[in-house]
Amino acid sequence: MTTAISVSGLVKTFGRTVALDGLDLRVDTGEVHGYLGPNGAGKTTTIRVLLGLLRADSGEVSLLGGDPWRDAVSLHRRLAYVPGDVNLWPNLTGGEAIDLLARLRGGLDQRRRAELVERFDLDPSKKGRTYSKGNRQKVALIAALASDVELLLLDEPTAGLDPLMEVVFQDFIREAKAAGKTVLLSSHILAQVEKLCDRISIVRLGKVVQSGTLAELRHLTRTAIEAHTARPAAGLGDLPGVHDVVTDNHRVRFAVDGEHLDGAIQALSRFGIQSLVSQPPTLEELMLRHYGDELRANGTTAADTAAADDPAASAGSAADGSAADGSAADAEVSR
Amino acid sequence: MTATVATPRAPVSHAARGNALTGTGTLIRFNLRRDRLRIPAWLAGIALVQVGGAASYPDIYPTAADRFKQAAIMDSSPAMKAMTGPGHGLADYTYGAMMTNEYLGFMVIFAALMSVFMVVRHTRTEEETGRAELVRASVVGRYAHLTAALATAAIASVALGLLIALGMGGLGIETVDWPGSFAFGAAYASVGLVFAGIAAVTAQITEYGRAASGIAGVLIGVAYAVRAIGDVAGNALSWLSPIGWVQAAAPYVHNDWLPLGLALAVAAALTVAAFTLGNRRDIGAGLRAERAGAAAGSAFLGTPAGFAWRLQRASVFWWAVAMFCFGIAYGSAVDVLESYSDNEVVREITKSIGGATLVESWLSMIISLLAIVCTIFAIIAALRPRREETSGRAEAILATGLSRTRWVATHVVIALAGGAVMLLATGAGLGLGAALTSGEAHYVADVLGAMLAYAPALWLTAGLAVTVFGVAPRVIGLAWALLVYAIFVVYLGGLLDLPGWMLDVSPYTHVPRMPAEEFTATPLVILTAIAAALVTTGLLAFRRRDIEAT
Repeated sequence: MTTAISVSGLVKTFGRTVALDGLDLRVDTGEVHGYLGPNGAGKTTTIRVLLGLLRADSGEVSLLGGDPWRDAVSLHRRLAYVPGDVNLWPNLTGGEAIDLLARLRGGLDQRRRAELVERFDLDPSKKGRTYSKGNRQKVALIAALASDVELLLLDEPTAGLDPLMEVVFQDFIREAKAAGKTVLLSSHILAQVEKLCDRISIVRLGKVVQSGTLAELRHLTRTAIEAHTARPAAGLGDLPGVHDVVTDNHRVRFAVDGEHLDGAIQALSRFGIQSLVSQPPTLEELMLRHYGDELRANGTTAADTAAADDPAASAGSAADGSAADGSAADAEVSR
Repeated sequence: MTATVATPRAPVSHAARGNALTGTGTLIRFNLRRDRLRIPAWLAGIALVQVGGAASYPDIYPTAADRFKQAAIMDSSPAMKAMTGPGHGLADYTYGAMMTNEYLGFMVIFAALMSVFMVVRHTRTEEETGRAELVRASVVGRYAHLTAALATAAIASVALGLLIALGMGGLGIETVDWPGSFAFGAAYASVGLVFAGIAAVTAQITEYGRAASGIAGVLIGVAYAVRAIGDVAGNALSWLSPIGWVQAAAPYVHNDWLPLGLALAVAAALTVAAFTLGNRRDIGAGLRAERAGAAAGSAFLGTPAGFAWRLQRASVFWWAVAMFCFGIAYGSAVDVLESYSDNEVVREITKSIGGATLVESWLSMIISLLAIVCTIFAIIAALRPRREETSGRAEAILATGLSRTRWVATHVVIALAGGAVMLLATGAGLGLGAALTSGEAHYVADVLGAMLAYAPALWLTAGLAVTVFGVAPRVIGLAWALLVYAIFVVYLGGLLDLPGWMLDVSPYTHVPRMPAEEFTATPLVILTAIAAALVTTGLLAFRRRDIEAT
């Protein structure tokens, strides 16, 4: 397996701000690689260095076997880029912008362009200044996907797209992967990354803090287990790698580190498992694990985040509240 | 449950019936705060030129005989009438009458421009950028934005009128009296108010701020041209133009306030029209929908040169047209020049230039001024890549197979070649105007050659802009430094008796001042070489720097 992108010890500073602080990244040829991290972590800066738009202060960067700074033009013919915030020329139509970008890259497949325009439901005859954010994003996506290139660099490409278009986007990325193209997908949308990506790198404060397949990353994190046992489970808390044990008569809940899962289940089975629910960590939990300290510093706990993510509970209480308000108003009016 | 629905209805219906103007006061204060530098700059600029100009008249025309000679020129020359006005009070040409004839018609254009920019900026541009939506979603009435914008422009216009009135009256020049000065100031304010109304209407029609101010700007030009035709022909056509109305008021001569009342009535009617039109459209929409464009790009657009040309072609075209018209306007003034040949001040100015005849030395001077104006185009065109960079569009383009050098070079070619085109367009207009009014055809070739001789100086100044773009994009304003310095030298070099080396810093100093002087190639070759070096430096430096993020 060859490497499409190889970055090691990449440093980039802007004045006093350290944007990239010894970043390492490896993307294999033919894989869809998820690049995750919050705003300001250095995702866009990495991509701009890969495009030769920014010059690295230090570190090794290799892109499709070339140097992105020195060989910018020849490399650009082999890749397509979709920026996170697409700005179009106000007096050029979307169709003209698509053709312009694709032709400057070295040509486009007309049949494919037509297919993309139809699938993404874009009106290419409108002027750039009349497009909404989502439509501007579509223009850049169509220009990128209509080009026959080896590598797609996508910087939050679907910000502003509606859920239907998100599905279309995912189809095209799968198609690109099937055609042997390499994709670097920087994204906030964890569901998108979970669905599309073979491997994931999580970046934080200009460094990649974790990299691997989703399964590998999950293995490094705790799985939540909830079980109903014939006899009350006791002594689980003493097992290595088992945390937060809550026993309620025949029911038990605990979290266990990936590497100790086997031992914990063996121990549990001695109490006679009647039902068992195992929840692997979501990507969100993986992210939170790396950013937990930051959240705590801001006064948010992981529990808060979990509660906020339980839509049923919050929506329910909100509905209750409004109903109460309504009846109060009711009384007010009838008086 | 039925009552639950009824509860919110009460406040809603109250709001709908009630104040479509809610929040206007806050918005006016907000507008004034946003324009806290802009308004004083406009007022100070206009007042300085007007009052300063008036102050110099007793020196330029010290005696009644001087003024009478000037009146005779105004009376006999159609070109002068077209440029200034119908000529009130020429029989007894006092300083006051001179102000009405020689300043008012032209200077009120700036009051009109101030109003147009201000109204469009606070209405359509706000909608276009989406900021209006944010504001209107808060407790702000439907008409508040337009009302506040008009009020802001009205405040600025009235303040301008007052400033002019006080400034003129305060000069203490005989015949520039207080009643006349107030009528004079009111004339400025009236034009400001009429064009505020016009801009309020155009802002309803198109979806884009630039188009709205463009249409209103064209209407300013139309107003000026209509009264020029009317004044030359001496017919009622001038009464179709707001500028014609304030000239009909003839401050210092008749002090006729009736035409100013007409202007106010029209401004009010335009305001009503703007509100009516605004009522028929949605926020962000125009009355005229955007036409669909090409669904696919042409093959030429897909080339680097074609792309740069597409971005700049409209600017090249309109600049060339404007410079040609400028040239015609100046060129057609040649016929009245001879009558100035015994004027002390004019002789003073032209003496320093040399030349066989007054016309030749005057042409040389105008040509150097117009060449500097042409350079403004070249600098704007050369800085286009910077605009693309800061708007974030360069990123997408430079991520394709287009190299940095080639991308910038295409725009530099347009700047340099386009700059030469501007010189030619100006020269053609100037030469044609001079030849037609004087009946001497040789002016066309003379002037074209003389204009083109400024190309190397223009290239050098634009080349500096390329260098700044490549080397120090953060201080892109430096790209204009040399041009500003050149203007300073041209305008004040003679008056302040600047030392030779200070004059030599300006590239325009080294251009042979044809037709007054002979052609010499050496300085032009040197200027071109420096220009080439500056462009190369800029291109090389740009290859080595970061593309800045938005």
